[in-house]
Amino acid sequence: MTAETVIGAVPAQAEFRTCQYTGLKVDTAAQALIKANAVAAVVFLAVGGLMGLLVALTRWPAVHLLPADWFYLILTGHGANVLLFWIIFFEIAVLYFASAILLNSRLAAPKLGWVGFVMMVVGAIATNVAVLQGDSSVMFTSYPPMKAQPHFYLGLILFAVGALIGCALFFATLVIAKEERTYEGSIPLVTFGALTAAIIAVFTIASGAIILIPTWLWSLGLISDIDPLMYKVVWWAMGHSSQQINVSAHVSLWYLTAALLVGAKPLSEKVSRTAFFMYILFLQLASAHHLLAEPGMDASWKIVNTSYMMYLAVLGSMVHGLTVPGAIEAAQRKNGYNRGVFEWLRKAPWGHPAFAGMFLSLVFFGFIGGISGVVLGTEQLNVLMHNTIYVPGHFHGTVVAGTTLAFMGATYLVLPLVFQREIVWPKLAKIQPYLFGIGAAGISLFMMGAGTLGVARRHWDMTFSDANLGFAHSAGAFLMMGLNGIFAIIAAIGGIIFVLVVVATAFFGEKITGGHKLTFPLHAGGGAAASHYGNEKAPKLPGTIILVALFFVCFVLYYFINWKYLSELWLFR
Amino acid sequence: MAVTPPEQRIWWNEPIERVELVWIVIAFLWGLFMFGFMIAWHFIGQQNLSKEAYRTTPSAYEAKVDEFAKKFQVREEKGIPVVKPKPGADVYLLGRLWQWWPILELEKGVSYRIHLSSLDWQHGFSLQPTNINIQVHPGYEHVISLTPTESGEFGIICNEFCGIGHHTMTGKIYVTEQKRAEAEPRLAEGR
Repeated sequence: MTAETVIGAVPAQAEFRTCQYTGLKVDTAAQALIKANAVAAVVFLAVGGLMGLLVALTRWPAVHLLPADWFYLILTGHGANVLLFWIIFFEIAVLYFASAILLNSRLAAPKLGWVGFVMMVVGAIATNVAVLQGDSSVMFTSYPPMKAQPHFYLGLILFAVGALIGCALFFATLVIAKEERTYEGSIPLVTFGALTAAIIAVFTIASGAIILIPTWLWSLGLISDIDPLMYKVVWWAMGHSSQQINVSAHVSLWYLTAALLVGAKPLSEKVSRTAFFMYILFLQLASAHHLLAEPGMDASWKIVNTSYMMYLAVLGSMVHGLTVPGAIEAAQRKNGYNRGVFEWLRKAPWGHPAFAGMFLSLVFFGFIGGISGVVLGTEQLNVLMHNTIYVPGHFHGTVVAGTTLAFMGATYLVLPLVFQREIVWPKLAKIQPYLFGIGAAGISLFMMGAGTLGVARRHWDMTFSDANLGFAHSAGAFLMMGLNGIFAIIAAIGGIIFVLVVVATAFFGEKITGGHKLTFPLHAGGGAAASHYGNEKAPKLPGTIILVALFFVCFVLYYFINWKYLSELWLFR
Repeated sequence: MAVTPPEQRIWWNEPIERVELVWIVIAFLWGLFMFGFMIAWHFIGQQNLSKEAYRTTPSAYEAKVDEFAKKFQVREEKGIPVVKPKPGADVYLLGRLWQWWPILELEKGVSYRIHLSSLDWQHGFSLQPTNINIQVHPGYEHVISLTPTESGEFGIICNEFCGIGHHTMTGKIYVTEQKRAEAEPRLAEGR
């Protein structure tokens, strides 16, 4: 189906096909939009990922690839392309999928969906052009008084408004589905998770507009001054909250993947939904994270914003950290893998790239991204790692090893189910999540290690070779940055394989027709068998309890190790 | 399934799994503990970032730093004054493209009121290898009471991106063994 025919379609006359694997009714207009957004996402992942490799090769002291001006240009592009464009295009696809497809509904106003899509594409290109022209190397955060070209900000604003249209269509589709009774009872858990993501997205994009529009006018010369501290407070309401959209979205995909691949159902709907709901209530406050080292902020404000409320959001993630593996263990035990504590895990479909991506994402997000996020966001501990390369270490744990890996995994479900193409090169696809996941986990850990040793983030030369007053980092810091480079290469190989497999599949994959058996099968029993799992008859979950206990011990130990580091610093107040 | 509506319409009355309940309680208590520990550190810890800050302007701040440097300069190093303030004095340090100015010489175990501000863009004060990292803004004068606990030569690097010469933006703090006996109890108390 081409774009023109979709734009020409009247919503009331939506065309449907029936998915032969899940039995879901698929609105072909929604399907086309999902395809377009997913393709755009992968294009920006390819561009941004390549930029990421160049950054890592420059920060590898033995290689030191790019000159300084190129390094800062590429680093700015890397942030915009992967953190915004790749992830949000994919999330818009997830929103359309979780509303129209999962609810058997038609998509509200697909034409408007295309308008939003075009705005996002134009915005993303405008920002990329500004960055590549070389005078907008202001980094992802673009803190004033450092100024970029007007089309840098305008591109971001256009992109955000386009994404807002996608969110609006998602809400409208929920209303339509309810009115047209396309499903019974409450919306599915995955849709509920997507709903929390969309609600957070609206808050986030509004904050972005509040700060980026005046900044854009400032870059045009229409406003004389932007207060740097005020900018930061509002900007981070977008900057950090936009990452919470990712959390809600990728946790939804964990549940989706577990449902389709092992037939998992949530242990209890109430707990999983409440955990999502806590994201809406508390996650935005975590933006205060980024203001812990600023002048003039009150300690009580910092503690309330980054901790009290935030820990309730952390609680939400910790709950998902039990319920997702718990649901998988329960399902696998029903599937017959009931011997010992860990047979359910050993016999899980590790050869299925969607499962491998999902489970590695779960583990890395929790152990690396989650724990380091809490430590980084602790009022006093922040002084130890503010603006060191520990910070990118943390968010590569959440956004790369967590979100990106989960999205990659989900793509192996999108290709056969939405694109209706058989995945080409299944052997490469099998190893892809492992390569990318291990690479991403490695860069996260080594950047965190280097940051603990004081290496700065966004820094071209850790040897300070041209500086008037020299300073030498420890040998350990150099080792960490070298290992970071090596693992970045591993991640890049995984990323390149992903892009190759996805592009080749989308264009040349074998067309899936009726009766086709998938190379990477979905759960054999399908949705029906799994939906009989009663709550009260749920099996015991010793494996999950051990995993969660291990997580908790790591969390507590790492938390106190950092207090020990802090107590050894010079005294300050 | 998670991709289908819950099979019981009234799912909010379903019982919660025991293992879920136990984990929720543990995670909640841990969250409360972490919250409490940050408050507690204000009483038991010696590392809490000051909230003392004033509005200023780059030119006003530069004048203060110049005056301070003239008053206490002891020598010069690579064209930059090395400044040894009196123990307990107000110490002024500025960040600008691309240096930390001036070089400071402090005494171990003595508390100083360190003023930090920027003359142009945002910078990151990063004391190394003692890993203390504080954001520095133009227009804001941040005052931190700092007590060095070790002697030697320390680097200040910039860790907020501030343009092409960012990697050359360094500074230096020397910490000498303290000679003042009256500072001893204060340090001992801090330990």
